[in-house]
Amino acid sequence: MSSVSVKNIIKTYNKGEVKAVNDTSFEVAKGELFGLIGPDGAGKTSIFRILTTLLLADSGTATVEGFDVVKDYKEIQNIVGYMPGRFSLYQDLTVEENLSFFATVFGTTIEDNYELIKDIYEQIKPFSSRRAGKLSGGMKQKLALCCALIHKPKVLFLDEPTTGVDVVSRKEFWDMLGKLKKQGITIVVSTPYMDEATLCDRIALIQNGSIMSIDTPGNIINNFPKALFAAKADNIYKLLQDLRAEAEVESCYASGEYTRFTMGHGQLTTDNVKSRLIESGHKNLVIKKIIPGIEDCFIRLMNS
Amino acid sequence: MDNNRTNKSSSIEQSSTVNRQLSIECRKLTKQFGAFKAVDEISFDVEQGEIFGFLGANGAGKTTAMRILCGLSYPTSGQATVAGFDVYKQQESIKKNIGYMSQKFSLYDNLTILENIEFYGGVYGVSRPDIKTRSNKLITTLGLEKEAKKLVGELPLGWKQKLAFSVAIFHRPKIVFLDEPTGGVDPVTRRQFWDMIYEAAADGITVFVTTHYMDEAEYCNRISVMVDGRVEALDSPANLKNKFNTDTMDDVFYQLARGAKRMDN
Amino acid sequence: MKQLFAFIRKEFYHVFRDRRTLLILFGMPVAQILLFGFALSSEVKNIGVAILDNAHDVQTEQIISKIQSSSYFQIKKPALNYKEIENRFKEGEIKCAILFPANFGSDLYKTGGAQIQIIADASDPNTATTVTNYLNTIINNYQQELNPTARLSYQIIPEMRMLYNEDLNGSLNFIPGVIALIFMIVSTALTSVAVVREKELGTMEILLVSPFKPIMVLIAKAVPYLVLSLIDFIIILLLAVFFLNIEIQGSLVLIFAESILFIITCLSLGLLISNVTASQQTAMLISMMGMMLPTMLLTGFMFPLENMPKAFQWFSYIVPSKYYYTIIKGIMLKGLGFSYVWKETLILAGMASGLLFVALKNFKIRL
Repeated sequence: MSSVSVKNIIKTYNKGEVKAVNDTSFEVAKGELFGLIGPDGAGKTSIFRILTTLLLADSGTATVEGFDVVKDYKEIQNIVGYMPGRFSLYQDLTVEENLSFFATVFGTTIEDNYELIKDIYEQIKPFSSRRAGKLSGGMKQKLALCCALIHKPKVLFLDEPTTGVDVVSRKEFWDMLGKLKKQGITIVVSTPYMDEATLCDRIALIQNGSIMSIDTPGNIINNFPKALFAAKADNIYKLLQDLRAEAEVESCYASGEYTRFTMGHGQLTTDNVKSRLIESGHKNLVIKKIIPGIEDCFIRLMNS
Repeated sequence: MDNNRTNKSSSIEQSSTVNRQLSIECRKLTKQFGAFKAVDEISFDVEQGEIFGFLGANGAGKTTAMRILCGLSYPTSGQATVAGFDVYKQQESIKKNIGYMSQKFSLYDNLTILENIEFYGGVYGVSRPDIKTRSNKLITTLGLEKEAKKLVGELPLGWKQKLAFSVAIFHRPKIVFLDEPTGGVDPVTRRQFWDMIYEAAADGITVFVTTHYMDEAEYCNRISVMVDGRVEALDSPANLKNKFNTDTMDDVFYQLARGAKRMDN
Repeated sequence: MKQLFAFIRKEFYHVFRDRRTLLILFGMPVAQILLFGFALSSEVKNIGVAILDNAHDVQTEQIISKIQSSSYFQIKKPALNYKEIENRFKEGEIKCAILFPANFGSDLYKTGGAQIQIIADASDPNTATTVTNYLNTIINNYQQELNPTARLSYQIIPEMRMLYNEDLNGSLNFIPGVIALIFMIVSTALTSVAVVREKELGTMEILLVSPFKPIMVLIAKAVPYLVLSLIDFIIILLLAVFFLNIEIQGSLVLIFAESILFIITCLSLGLLISNVTASQQTAMLISMMGMMLPTMLLTGFMFPLENMPKAFQWFSYIVPSKYYYTIIKGIMLKGLGFSYVWKETLILAGMASGLLFVALKNFKIRL
């Protein structure tokens, strides 16, 4: 039995005018770290709210640990941990007061479940009497995670936990998720940062309420249908424009200091392209074949 | 500083000819709140037409520094000029010569696209006929002919951000400040957004941008990384990666910011 | 039960850690009592008067000294001409001027009718009316003293007595009004804001996902503000009794019971508002405009209802504070018992249970 199961969920707002979730289905296995990857407005939050019983879907069914999200919402409330996207704790309560409040609300105590949150809580324990509003972004996030874990949930739903947080805190946060996964907790996490996708067991790439692809990050990358090239020259912007002007270049977009492109089905090779670019005055031109990332796959899927 | 200058000339290449003009000049710029140094003696130069990435961990002092450079707050000590104007004495002139766009506040949702453009054009004193011709051109370039009379609130996020950027450079400022302009936007739109930034830079507008996306940092000609109020690194992305012996900016940032002691808020 | 207790404790943390809330809670009642009690009271004292006495005879001197001895008036330096009076009005030095024509005294005795002109600054009509009334009384008194024996056979001398507030102590009527206002602020505005804040923070989502019952959330929000309202109530009563020297006529138990009933009405309103709003500002605005304004305007404690347009008078019947105001005024100032206010109490109870029912019914367990 899978831990989370979503079947043909449709959710619209404004009387059908806005389609937030468009006939979406997916399964998350027990103990899996599953990522919903997509930009704002892709429908991630709606899916989370449906699964945490906060929203009713227009049609379709969903279960969490075998419980129906509509009928058995009371059972689900006992077994899921949820960190909403805009969750920011009670700013005027201390770290400890926040945690003990949420523990009580869930009918438990900090002591009872200390084992599970120990690793994370130890990091913020020195600040336990500080008000949550005075914590850094990274620490707030750790505290929020502790609050979501305090009742030993079987399934953890994290809606964009790393948005707006700096790289260091993001790294630490994903390390923590890895550890939680080892304890057997199913984790469903959403993120707009494509580079975080590879840290998940399986991911769903989601855009405009529809899942474009769902697989392990490795498979999604392997399924990239073309060879991907990266080009670099002194003048990035001109390179981008010149590559786009090439008939043989199928798609082309900037990515870091390199410009990435794929070739069409014509006869010309990248060598031909290279010599033409050098002719048109590009200096220090480098073209190399690279392994695509999730973002390249996402862009390709969006454009197809 | 000199070291940075030479590195830069290899990374900004567009028609590098005569002495480039400095767009932003910072010397030991400091902002102190009581005993707390939010910005601690930062010094850097940004050249005209450069895309300058301004990175830092949460709470490193980015926002405070940016507010000073935008003429919104006074530094405690140090010097800085923006577009040639002094941050102490010529705040009003600075404001006239810069554009600003942030993820949080960009456009009025309950005004139409045209009304937004007209409003901002008017605020910056663009003449009526100019507003008309430029907004027509802008709407055509963005491909928003059909949507021009629609409320901005009805546009998808990506469109809003692109429009907000266009509005921020509508009065042809010398410098545009972008505060996390692409947060939450899909990768294709983000790319289109960066195309627009490149175009603006090629037109000679200096772009000063903050971001949490490390791949975006690599689009910049040069980037600075702030840690605990100080500029800990400043160079081209390629040079930084070399220096820190890694192949991702992510890792550069991690190595720099890992030791940060400060918290935000 | 333990959960509820933890929740209520958390609410008190919120209150006691927020200086603004504390100021509203405890600064506001004190400030309002002082404001209404002293500054805004409808009685007049030390009104500046200028006198242009063209007669300078015994009679005018006598009248002037009578005016002078009254605590209501403060006689400024005599005026020399009409023009000067006008200027002094404009400068705000005086609110009233009295003109005696030449030959005032001789006119009084020879023709049996002397004239006196009283000019009042009617830019504040309430004060102007009061001032002229006082002056009338003083002059009439003087007239009576002049001819104590003259008995006009048909003269009617109205004897006015201000019932329930013999000293015309204006602050008295304000007390029940201020109490109603404070309950509106604490129980309606603060409660609705407290609930909506959780929505804004995103903590409401967690609470709804938790096994904690939604009804409990509402109860936990309401209890602290019920307690705080009662504390405010006691503060106001103490201030009224010891500071404004007001005597509470009726039964204290009855006053408390009726107040709790009204607080419950206010709390239900607050919860109802929080159900339909998503931001703290909206909640505050609705509480202010929708609840506090009618309390000030339509209960009759600041402006007499009888003078309002009919539509307003009809509308006042659905304003709960109107009934509470009537009840408390009756018990506190007139010493009435329950038998006199049962009708209002019943209406209030009906409103309370109706509002509470709608509020609970409307509380969404989903977003």
